[in-house]
Amino acid sequence: MSQKTKVIEKEEVVIRFSGDSGDGMQLTGTQFSDTSALFGNDVATFPDYPAEIRAPQGTVGGVSGFQLHFGHTEVHTPGDYADVLVAMNPAALKANLKWVKASGTIIVNEDSFTDRNLEKAGYDSDPLQDDKLADYNLIKARVTSLTKECLKDSGLDQKSILRSKNMFTLGMVYWMFDRPLAHTEEFIESKFKKHPLVVDGNKKVLRAGYNFAKTIEALAYNYSVAPAKIKKGTYRNITGNKATAWGLIAAAEKAGLPLFCGSYPITPATEILQELAARKDLGVKTFQAEDEIAGICTAIGASFAGNFAVTTTSGPGLALKTEAAGLAVMTELPLVIVNVQRGGPSTGLPTKTEQSDLMQAIHGRSGECPMPVIAASTPSNCFEYAYRASKIALEHMTPVILLTDGFLANGAEPWRIPKMADLSPITVPLAKEGDDYMPYARDEEKLARKWAVPGTKGLEHRIGGLEKMDVTGTVSYVPENHQVMTDIRSERVKKVANFIPDLPVKGDENADVLVVGWGGTYGHLTTAVRELQKEDKSIALAHFNYILPLPKNTEEVLKRYKKVIVCELNDGQFAEYLRSNFQDIKFEQYNKLQGLPFTVMELKEKFNQLLEEK
Amino acid sequence: MADTLLKQPAPEKLTPKDFKSDQEVRWCPGCGDHGVLNSVQKAMALMGKPKEDFAVISGIGCSSRFPYYMDTYGFHSIHGRAAAIASGAKSANPDLEILQVSGDGDALAIGGNHFIHAVRRNIDMTILLFNNEIYGLTKGQYSPTSKQGMVTKTSPFGTIEQPFHPAELALGAQSKFYARSIDTNIKLTSEILLDATKHRGTSIVEVLQNCVIYNDGTHSLITDKNTKEEYQLILRHGERMIFGKEKNKGLVMGGNGKLVVVTIGEHGITEQDILIHDAHTPDPHMHWLLSNMSAPEYPVAFGVIRDVAALSYEEKMVQQIKDVQAQSSIKCMDDLLNSGDTWEVE
Repeated sequence: MSQKTKVIEKEEVVIRFSGDSGDGMQLTGTQFSDTSALFGNDVATFPDYPAEIRAPQGTVGGVSGFQLHFGHTEVHTPGDYADVLVAMNPAALKANLKWVKASGTIIVNEDSFTDRNLEKAGYDSDPLQDDKLADYNLIKARVTSLTKECLKDSGLDQKSILRSKNMFTLGMVYWMFDRPLAHTEEFIESKFKKHPLVVDGNKKVLRAGYNFAKTIEALAYNYSVAPAKIKKGTYRNITGNKATAWGLIAAAEKAGLPLFCGSYPITPATEILQELAARKDLGVKTFQAEDEIAGICTAIGASFAGNFAVTTTSGPGLALKTEAAGLAVMTELPLVIVNVQRGGPSTGLPTKTEQSDLMQAIHGRSGECPMPVIAASTPSNCFEYAYRASKIALEHMTPVILLTDGFLANGAEPWRIPKMADLSPITVPLAKEGDDYMPYARDEEKLARKWAVPGTKGLEHRIGGLEKMDVTGTVSYVPENHQVMTDIRSERVKKVANFIPDLPVKGDENADVLVVGWGGTYGHLTTAVRELQKEDKSIALAHFNYILPLPKNTEEVLKRYKKVIVCELNDGQFAEYLRSNFQDIKFEQYNKLQGLPFTVMELKEKFNQLLEEK
Repeated sequence: MADTLLKQPAPEKLTPKDFKSDQEVRWCPGCGDHGVLNSVQKAMALMGKPKEDFAVISGIGCSSRFPYYMDTYGFHSIHGRAAAIASGAKSANPDLEILQVSGDGDALAIGGNHFIHAVRRNIDMTILLFNNEIYGLTKGQYSPTSKQGMVTKTSPFGTIEQPFHPAELALGAQSKFYARSIDTNIKLTSEILLDATKHRGTSIVEVLQNCVIYNDGTHSLITDKNTKEEYQLILRHGERMIFGKEKNKGLVMGGNGKLVVVTIGEHGITEQDILIHDAHTPDPHMHWLLSNMSAPEYPVAFGVIRDVAALSYEEKMVQQIKDVQAQSSIKCMDDLLNSGDTWEVE
């Protein structure tokens, strides 16, 4: 039936949907990525949207984008440049043209290229009329009028009709990549089940877009991306924030403790609180506090009272939580502080990604106040690292900072669903009735004190922010004791290194260049290094998830390489941290502060340069 | 009925001494805090709860040393945050009996935000608010309750700030329980604390407390032996608002909506004309008038000024969890992990 004349097999494809922030581009992108994942492709996605809920319509600042990358092989990033750009208006075209591959396909809603919209987008002339887009495969579709025409007898009002035009473009792209409509049709049926007219309308427009693409044959060829060879198992799509929330719930269940989350909404961390609030069925208690400080303080109170407590935030919120984080260190209570990093300083770039809270996480407290810091590195492994952060907090009786970032938080990818039975056990050092309890007596392995939960008979004791006497936990101003306690607090965190895995290296032990990264840059660094390795370049990658303490083999790994380059989305904070730990090693840097992830292309260019230097 | 009562194991009889910790009490000699500590220990012994169920949580300031002197679970936290920490502890562990101790600086300046929100949420705990109208621990700076014009180390020419009336602030935050006592009246403070504990929700107990070093005598008009009975009205629900050495003074409602002090036997006033205290009415109007009275125009109101029944935050929280759990098909993490759109890769 298909009229496609030519099918091009592709390893991977990148599509970018873009439009006004009210055009439904996030939904359109999510639908396409879910469908592709169900089809068996590996997928990575990244939404890119303005901080304003309804930024001025038609302007470049108001453009909302959703990029997805799907492939026949493993996909680690949402892709640098798009094979296909969908631009719902001139502003979307203007904002995104630079992200389209040479000779890529651009689908535009021709109806929106009015004089007024062109002017709002800052175009002097209509790019559809001159030869500016001559190098691209430009597909002009009258999306608005075709949608209107399609639904003129639907009984829907004008506003609802216009709202469904994103389904037209989605239908077009589905045809281009030979995707089934079933998943999106089911989604529409379930989402609008109370509004049968809307269900019918949206399905009709989706199909109209699909048929339109088929009919016009404007697409001289279509792409086919075969399913990826992926490990056997049950999969689902998951975002970083959801994975984080789920990792925390899983840890609470494993530890046999109720989960308490005290938080204050802040972009881009809010979805964690929302996801936890939705999980009352699993007994999760969420407390939307009056401010960031109360967020962590309620969590500390809950931890004191025997729950597994967490607080979630982003950079500026972490700054507000600083004093209370010190209290958690002093009282040696388990607590996970999740910091979803965003562009800073101050309010900065709330919806954009960055890695610039590293030093704040490591050092940002008064006094000598160490706590473990770990970082997730892909959207789905936010689950694993939230779980590991929880395990460290509960078993070592310490606050732990888990760093993710806006890129991981909002990005999504297919995830092989773990079984709870396969997760490592979490053993909580609870004191029991009848114990000869001393609040600051410790075990030898971890130097963890025991947790005597209020309500336990005979274990009444007092804790607090004042320095405590070693073992007994009474208030102490004895000078020597402060030295002892300071040393213990430092040693406790160092001992965590005995419980974490070694730093893995991808690539040759004798490679000329070692690329070092941490956290959310994993996908881009891996892709860049792998591509260079395929070109037989002598390059390896060491990517860190454990920041404080560092894995025990860190120095040994770093010393093996002649050139070490630390790549991060900040001005060199991890590089500085490594320098302070390993004075003899020379670290090169590659840094970027644009609120955007690295591109694989820029990384490869930099690494090639380094490989060529003598 | 009597039968079933007899079958229950008799609760362990506790005395105030059981609530004293082994730590040396380090407040200044003559400080009002000593009296409050005795009142609390006395009241706790009478509450019929085991010691392990009590948690005393404080912020920073002289009064916030309180937990160290109590042989219960205790948490001496950071400045201003005790209400938030106590809110988390109670939500996490609703069986605990929480006493949150704060001074006027801790609760109303640095911790003002947490104070009003704890009250608004109606978390079941007792907030013991020591009001001495000065910063003591930092050695004598004005507080948010210091009288305007007061000369302190940070207001050498007199403070130009209006003070908070804690009761007014609490009522504005929809407080359901407000009581006032004075440090020297151990019997009244204990009695109020028992009522406060029985009340489900946030109970605020303001204690007018004397700082002997930095603000000695700030409450003297209402505490001085010779004048106190003229300036103290001790309210009890259902009883007439009568006070004075001769028990012949009382309050009536004036035509302008203001309270008026009258003398029984003068101008045809009889005891029947005196207002009866209703602590349980949800309408806060009278409670506002009573709690805002100040000497010498009026007596200062003591006792339980407001005690209105309402569901507490954690009761609602627990109920909501139960309701959702009854409806949801997700019973454990494995259920959640496998919910929604999933697919098999062979």
